[in-house]
Amino acid sequence: MTALSALIRRDIRIALRVGGGALIGVLFFLTVVVLMPFAVGPDLALLSRLGPAILWLGALLASLLTLDRLFMADHEDGSLDLITMSRTPLELACAAKALAHWLAAGLPLIVATPVLGLLLNLDMVATGAVALTLLAGTPALTFTGMIGAALAVTLHRGGLLMAVLVLPLSIPVLIFGVAASQAAITGPLSFGAPFSILCALSLVSLVIGPFAAAASLKHGLD
Amino acid sequence: MSLIDLANPTRFLALSARVLPWLAAATIILLGIGLYQSALAPDDYQQGATVKIMFIHVPNAWLSMFVWGVMSVASLGTLVWRHPLADVAAKAAAPIGASFTFLALLTGSLWGRPMWGTYWEWDARLTSVLILFLMYLGLMALWRAVEDPSRAARAAAVLTLVGALNLPIIKFSVDWWNTLHQPASVMRMGGSTLDKAFLIPLLVMAVAFTLLFVTLHLAAMRNEILRRRVRSLQMMQASRVAFSSEVGTGSRQESASKGAA
Amino acid sequence: MNGLVPVKMELAGRGITCVRGGREVFSGLDFEAASGEAVAVVGRNGSGKTSLLRLIAGLLVPAGGTIVLDGGDADMTLPEQCHYLGHRDALKPALSVAENLSFWAEFLGGERCDATDSLATVGLDHATDLPASFLSAGQRRRLSLARLLTVRRPIWLLDEPTTALDAAGQDMFGTLMRDHLARGGMIIAAIHGPLGIDARELRIGGAA
Repeated sequence: MTALSALIRRDIRIALRVGGGALIGVLFFLTVVVLMPFAVGPDLALLSRLGPAILWLGALLASLLTLDRLFMADHEDGSLDLITMSRTPLELACAAKALAHWLAAGLPLIVATPVLGLLLNLDMVATGAVALTLLAGTPALTFTGMIGAALAVTLHRGGLLMAVLVLPLSIPVLIFGVAASQAAITGPLSFGAPFSILCALSLVSLVIGPFAAAASLKHGLD
Repeated sequence: MSLIDLANPTRFLALSARVLPWLAAATIILLGIGLYQSALAPDDYQQGATVKIMFIHVPNAWLSMFVWGVMSVASLGTLVWRHPLADVAAKAAAPIGASFTFLALLTGSLWGRPMWGTYWEWDARLTSVLILFLMYLGLMALWRAVEDPSRAARAAAVLTLVGALNLPIIKFSVDWWNTLHQPASVMRMGGSTLDKAFLIPLLVMAVAFTLLFVTLHLAAMRNEILRRRVRSLQMMQASRVAFSSEVGTGSRQESASKGAA
Repeated sequence: MNGLVPVKMELAGRGITCVRGGREVFSGLDFEAASGEAVAVVGRNGSGKTSLLRLIAGLLVPAGGTIVLDGGDADMTLPEQCHYLGHRDALKPALSVAENLSFWAEFLGGERCDATDSLATVGLDHATDLPASFLSAGQRRRLSLARLLTVRRPIWLLDEPTTALDAAGQDMFGTLMRDHLARGGMIIAAIHGPLGIDARELRIGGAA
């Protein structure tokens, strides 16, 4: 347990210090959302209708882009070798790293959501609904994206290829995340059904992600 | 003939060379029968002659999923049993699967034109197949992105299995999304009430297309094995050149080769 | 600190074949090492010295052959009883010297010594709170050595450990290795130059 908490604390510390990527993710999120009105026009009614979708897309892209180097940095400086050799199972170490990433890069996105909701003319309820669905759904994005980050180590390359591989896998999260937010805002469906499915997706990815990532890392050692 | 014998690529090459002509012949004959029967099948009272696209569309759609299943089994072979032919099978299957998926999309869209009045509709089935197509393309991009086949094989195997776990979830989500946005169903296919006159040609075509896949897959596996042999021969040659230039500047080897020239 | 009871250990590799990227690096390699003994792996560039260390560390899978450890901790795998010091330092430039060391101490676990003592031993006690990015190559190497001291592991796998160390650093490192061997440890080092202590030579890939 100390091993895992040490790993989580280290990763959060690195993410928040100079050169870490946590705040860049929020900045990216902000920029993407600000870009949207330029594409669809400054019509506030339209923006508030598209609001949840825009926020979800922004969060999806932001969390994917910051995930890119989740394992790559440890691979490049040799830390990954020591983590693999250690007495902590690699699956648990992967889960700990993903959790640390979510705490450092995912949570700030959710904190930033109310501010961005104002820009998109979302009312309190709508903003709350989007923030809540992001809270339930972004772990699924992190834990699925982690598989891509592990593949990036095996393949010695990340970036666009990883996005292409991982984005289709995150379609269900996007569907239920946006559906739950819309349900809370306009109805007619209940918020509960899509929201529970969203939570279920997060739980499933919590199991699949670490195993797939560890398998990829183990088989990709060189 | 056990699986161990097949594990030997040379043995596989010899065996597949013997089987391939028979498979190809069977494929052609069945395809011929299937096409003939399809042409004879009656027009649908609603859809007219356009219903005949079904005989091509459905087998393609069926194979688009079947091939991913084949790749998943091959991926298990790579990761769990470290079978030497498994990653060859997985790699060879991907472009074929992508082609079937593309044909399913194309025929679906051509079918949609008279049915819906538009080439593309965000219909649940078509959308799922489109995502499947994207995943095939991603997998092919992954194979192409890495020089060393064994590295790419392991990464592709992990991704294929994750995809296999995710595909039902994606299918379910898209269905749900579709009912949410399109309450009125766009198209109801014959479903369970499919007439015998349609069913028999359809089954023949499905078997013919499956045989077509097996034939193409075996041929593609042979190509992949030969391609890897060429690659390792080239690597051996490269290391020999590097070695002789490293050891023998002005040594016997070089003068010998000059003498030979 | 002296809780380590010297247990007789023997590490033996039989008929190891290593294939990387479709190329056979070496094949049919036999070796053995016992506790209290240092083995120096030598050979020309590309002969597979690093690969051998990574095979022992479980970071590569042998294409053939076996590596067996006799007399170690039965509850742990071979890699879990090894320290691996590779070309890369496993240091995070954003963290301070002390944070880097204490992270590895906590993460690797097992029997530990005081981190400040190890930093003093390797001559980095003046830089404890500096970010690791300020360290020179030699100082980074010293910090990696402090990791070997802080967390106890019976087997040290060292890949060209003396690079970037100055003369004083090499002397210090020689002493550390002798202490480790005296406590019943085992060292397998891939080297080009002298290791600094008496070691049995294991030549791979034929004469240089």
